[in-house]
Amino acid sequence: MAVIDARDTIEPRPVATQPLSVLGRVHPAAWLLAVFLLFLPAFASNFVLTQLFGWAMILGMVALSLMFLAGYGGMVSLVQLTVAACAGYMVAIFGTSAVDAISLKWAWWVAVPIAIVIAVIFGTISGALSVRTEGIYTIMITLAIASGFYYFTLQNYTIFNGFSGFNAVNAPVVFGVNWRDPIPFYYLCLFWAAASFLAVVYVSRSPFGLALQGTRDNARRMEALGFNVTAHRIAAYAFASLIAAIAGVLLVWQQIQISPGTAGVGPVVDILVIAVVGGIGRPIGPFIGAFIYVVLRTFAVDVLEGLGLDGKRFQLLIGLGFLVIVLFSPDGVLGLWSRFKDRVLNSNSLRPGGGSA
Amino acid sequence: MFRHLLATAALAALTATGAQAQDNKLKIGVLATLEGALTTLGEDAVRGLQVAVKQAGGKIAGKEVELIIVPTNASPDSALRGVRKLVEQDKVPIVIGPVSGSEGIALRDYSKTQPGVTFLNGSSGALETTFVTPSENFFRFNMNGAQWLAGLGEYLYKDKGYKKIVTLAEDYSFPYTQIMGLATEYCRLGGQITERLWVPLGTKDFASIIAKLPDDVDAIYLGLGGGDAVNFFNQYAQAGGKAKLVGGSIMVDQTVLSSKGAAKRLAIGVPSAGPQADTWDDPKWQAWVKAYQDAFPADKRFPIPSLTGTAYYNAFNALNQAMTKINGDLSDGHKKLRETLAALELDAPNGKIKLDKNRQAIGTNFVYEIVEAPNGDLVSKMVKLVPNVSQNLGFDDATFQRIGLPSRTSPECKKSY
Repeated sequence: MAVIDARDTIEPRPVATQPLSVLGRVHPAAWLLAVFLLFLPAFASNFVLTQLFGWAMILGMVALSLMFLAGYGGMVSLVQLTVAACAGYMVAIFGTSAVDAISLKWAWWVAVPIAIVIAVIFGTISGALSVRTEGIYTIMITLAIASGFYYFTLQNYTIFNGFSGFNAVNAPVVFGVNWRDPIPFYYLCLFWAAASFLAVVYVSRSPFGLALQGTRDNARRMEALGFNVTAHRIAAYAFASLIAAIAGVLLVWQQIQISPGTAGVGPVVDILVIAVVGGIGRPIGPFIGAFIYVVLRTFAVDVLEGLGLDGKRFQLLIGLGFLVIVLFSPDGVLGLWSRFKDRVLNSNSLRPGGGSA
Repeated sequence: MFRHLLATAALAALTATGAQAQDNKLKIGVLATLEGALTTLGEDAVRGLQVAVKQAGGKIAGKEVELIIVPTNASPDSALRGVRKLVEQDKVPIVIGPVSGSEGIALRDYSKTQPGVTFLNGSSGALETTFVTPSENFFRFNMNGAQWLAGLGEYLYKDKGYKKIVTLAEDYSFPYTQIMGLATEYCRLGGQITERLWVPLGTKDFASIIAKLPDDVDAIYLGLGGGDAVNFFNQYAQAGGKAKLVGGSIMVDQTVLSSKGAAKRLAIGVPSAGPQADTWDDPKWQAWVKAYQDAFPADKRFPIPSLTGTAYYNAFNALNQAMTKINGDLSDGHKKLRETLAALELDAPNGKIKLDKNRQAIGTNFVYEIVEAPNGDLVSKMVKLVPNVSQNLGFDDATFQRIGLPSRTSPECKKSY
């Protein structure tokens, strides 16, 4: 399907990019979800807003940037959380934190754009280093960059303040709203998560996105057609890094602090797990995966102890949860859903979404 | 099926927030390192707490105690995420924890945003936690890492005759604080620290650092903990290392001594210092050891409670005593509880503990050496007791301020400060 779409790109104006026709095709369930998310603060506690949904949306954005690269570009990049952490660190370094000796205390409207620009440059350079490789080698290179960043932040004291990192990195007060408060912060996350989601959907249908999917399916043919495959891939990294960088700014505000553990090797791999569990074929997948991850991560101990088991084994429950999902459905929760739908409707219509990375 | 599972989980998450703490129950949130390099320390911390709860009959001031334990991995991120769940989701009025230094600093900052909650430190020992911008509702009934090495510098220089040492420690706030305690005492007497080597927390391969250790020094000070300490001992033994060793407070305590392998052989005779000595003959200490041993089968505990076990045990007892005195009155934003805690003198198994104006413990410290007990267990045997160790380490306020915060290079090793 993607290859057919890719051919369409040669034509000047693909129909799908027109906004109105897109709106009309939105699934009713999506409207329900949107209403639910918009009115959630009316009945959910602060903890649910920031620690469950806020965190899930932030991780979802990071995983979304990975999904964009992996699902549409065929590049599994483990550097996305590192890009986010880089943005977070820059917010702490250029903005305010409790570490007076390092933080420059610039206003947020200077610090945040600089942070995002630096993170995007970092992500793009990482991408440029890894785009000429395929499959497992891309994973290896990006993992190497990610763990390099982790150990650098861990051992560098002049810029990154080592193991302790930066604490008291608060979201600013803008337009009289304290964005650190749970409800404003929830809407901030919701806005950027929705914006990134729509941006990914839009870009995936734009000539650029279709060409990118073409390079995923057959890079040599795209090259022969006159596309610069490497440039497309690097541009994809830049776009994905932008999403990850915005998520990184939100992440540091959500945690109120940042330290090397934020982007350690474990969490970096968790992002891949989130994307795979949610489903790497469509942009909504990473958000579903992130929500499952956050719920498991937060409540595994309580569930175990509620069942009268040893709470110390919570990692086992998390692992089993992911294992079961991946075992029953190689394309994540979304794959389960579409298979379920296929069976119930007994229809053999076209499977939605792109390929399976 | 999974959708169903997910929906239930989400529902549970949403409804759980509506659940109220019942009047006859007292929820206590607990942070313990149950992941990563310091897992054994966190596990023993939980054991210490369980013994204390059992001794209190499961009740504090007539209210039934409910412990809600959240696992961390010694990083400030995990501690913050954990404590937010405890305070904002489980609505606990009291938090006990954390185990590790940098976690404690993160918790101090968080405690300022939660004036309605009272925090009792578990065993974390960074200096900054109670020294820099201390928090009104954060109480630390254990001494910090620097206090835990009080007496060791003098013992090394005078009794052992070590004039020159090199240090190897994990690269975070607790080992910095420990070396501060060692250096200020050891260097003032004339000892020299020729080099300070740092490894990241969670290091598994020490081969390159072992190769770097100089052999023209009298001893090597090791400030590692948990799994890192065990890994170092094993690899150092394999490399055929023969230097004289000195341990930090969690380098040669039960969390490491109870492990299997080469650690046992290398640790014998290693001097160290800390807030407890395993074979101290004080009846209170012996009673605590016995209570700990009786509470768990031998394969589910250490032969002797570790430093974290004792620290959490003390934290709970401090809370229990204060709550009993005020009859469990938590009204007016815990006002009475905080006043009582601040004035409390805890008659702990490892010596009397009282708090200074920063709500930081002043207590007794022990210098000890590791010996093999008749039954083959390795235990620490006291060689010297240092009473009334305060956060200032015997300096006056101005001098102590001038020395500054501990870091990789600070404080310098010099004869006067």
